[in-house]
Amino acid sequence: MSAPLLDLQDIHKRLQKQHVLNGVNLQVHEGENMVIIGRSGGGKSVLLRHIMGLLRPDKGHVFFRGRDLTLISEEDLTTVRREMGMLFQNGALFDSLSVGENVAFSLREEGKLNEAEIIKEVARALKIVDLPGQESKMPSEISGGMKKRVALARAAISRPSLMLYDEPTAGLDPIVSDSINKLILRLGEEYNMTAIIVTHDMVSAYEIADRIAMLHEGKIYCVETPDAIQKSEDPVVMRFVRGISMVSDAIF
Amino acid sequence: MLLSVAQRFGHSVIGLVTASGELVLMLQDIIRAMFRYPLRCRLLLQQLYLIGVRSQPVVITTGAFTGAVFAAQIQFQFGPLGMPSAGGPVNALAMCRELGPVLCALMIAGRVGSSLAAELATMKITEQLDALRSLAVYPTEYLLVPRFLAMAIAMPILTVITIVCGIGAGYYVAVGMLGVDGVYYWDNTLKYTMAKDVWIGTIKGFFFGMMIALICCHKGLHSGYGAEGVGRATTDAVVDSSLAVLVANFFFTFLLNLLFPN
Repeated sequence: MSAPLLDLQDIHKRLQKQHVLNGVNLQVHEGENMVIIGRSGGGKSVLLRHIMGLLRPDKGHVFFRGRDLTLISEEDLTTVRREMGMLFQNGALFDSLSVGENVAFSLREEGKLNEAEIIKEVARALKIVDLPGQESKMPSEISGGMKKRVALARAAISRPSLMLYDEPTAGLDPIVSDSINKLILRLGEEYNMTAIIVTHDMVSAYEIADRIAMLHEGKIYCVETPDAIQKSEDPVVMRFVRGISMVSDAIF
Repeated sequence: MLLSVAQRFGHSVIGLVTASGELVLMLQDIIRAMFRYPLRCRLLLQQLYLIGVRSQPVVITTGAFTGAVFAAQIQFQFGPLGMPSAGGPVNALAMCRELGPVLCALMIAGRVGSSLAAELATMKITEQLDALRSLAVYPTEYLLVPRFLAMAIAMPILTVITIVCGIGAGYYVAVGMLGVDGVYYWDNTLKYTMAKDVWIGTIKGFFFGMMIALICCHKGLHSGYGAEGVGRATTDAVVDSSLAVLVANFFFTFLLNLLFPN
């Protein structure tokens, strides 16, 4: 088997005295859709931030195409990040820029296309995320779901080889969620993009994933196919995927 | 009790030393980014407009009313002594050397510094800074360099505007309202005000601009989370940069006096 595109080795991270990641090991291969599931506050988003180099581990290594991202400077990381894209949980659109300027951001930064080509690409990207003709709107004028779709267009427009999605369907209605899932799959198929998706939404996870990794108590508890996860008899996995809580019967 | 006071004092000293170190590192990072990356002219012009052009009404009002009040007070004291036209150079020197640069810097710390800190703090808590990094842009180069340069360029100009308005308003009050002879007043002003006095004010303005930009950007980037974090960063930015201007002014006064002796 070929070398993995991304190799996380023994990642440890403490945030505010809490051991959020406690030795995470995970390998993701080129073209693969890896879904990471786990309890809220379990460190899934923190893990994505380590992959993007937004956080540095206290211990451990993040290898991307064989290069250890934990050993290179913030400035040099910017070059590596050109091969990655990230969809943030709340979109994180630049609120001083219009929708069109947000989507065009990385194309303008790359400087490979002229202005006419950028405008055309932006229009095309917005059409793909079902927001045609919204270029001139400001982020404050659009809904949460629209922001997320604009953010997806912004992250994917430069066709990075690795896309990171932080809760791409959280807070969206089922129809928009489905369209985002289909878009993630299409990006993978058409551009051979590798995707790492953090989600709680098991419907989306089964639809998108080639493999599902479960993060539990700061470690990767298991990595299985969607089918194996669905049929798992393991109590931890079973409780999570079927949504069985452990709260007591006491009420206020 | 004594231990608690000592602990708090020690904590404050450590905080001050840490923040000073971070400011020096940030300045080093900004200077390196200035030479390493091409200048983003559009962002610089945008910041020059926001910082320089939009601050003009504030500094014009500050300079004019300070100069007017100062000239009136001088006339109230000098008039009975029979030397009303001596008020011109006193007002001009005070505006050029101290009042112009310091008051302009304090107003800019309040108007621009607060907005710099609030903007960067909001970008931080809404993950826009992380989004910028994820889009392969170095935040120092994109956010800090244009703001720092715009402050360094705009502040000397705003200081000169403050000085000119202060001297002009002082002339209007002394000559137009209090009946001082305009020819003597102006002649004395020109006679005792040298180019070096204007230079001193402008140089102070330049350094105050850079100090305000550094402190406010630092506060914004190191803000806490939530609305409270943004609010605290903004308040701290204004208070700290204003205090830094006042303290630094004392040292600049002696240093510049050595460089431009009488």
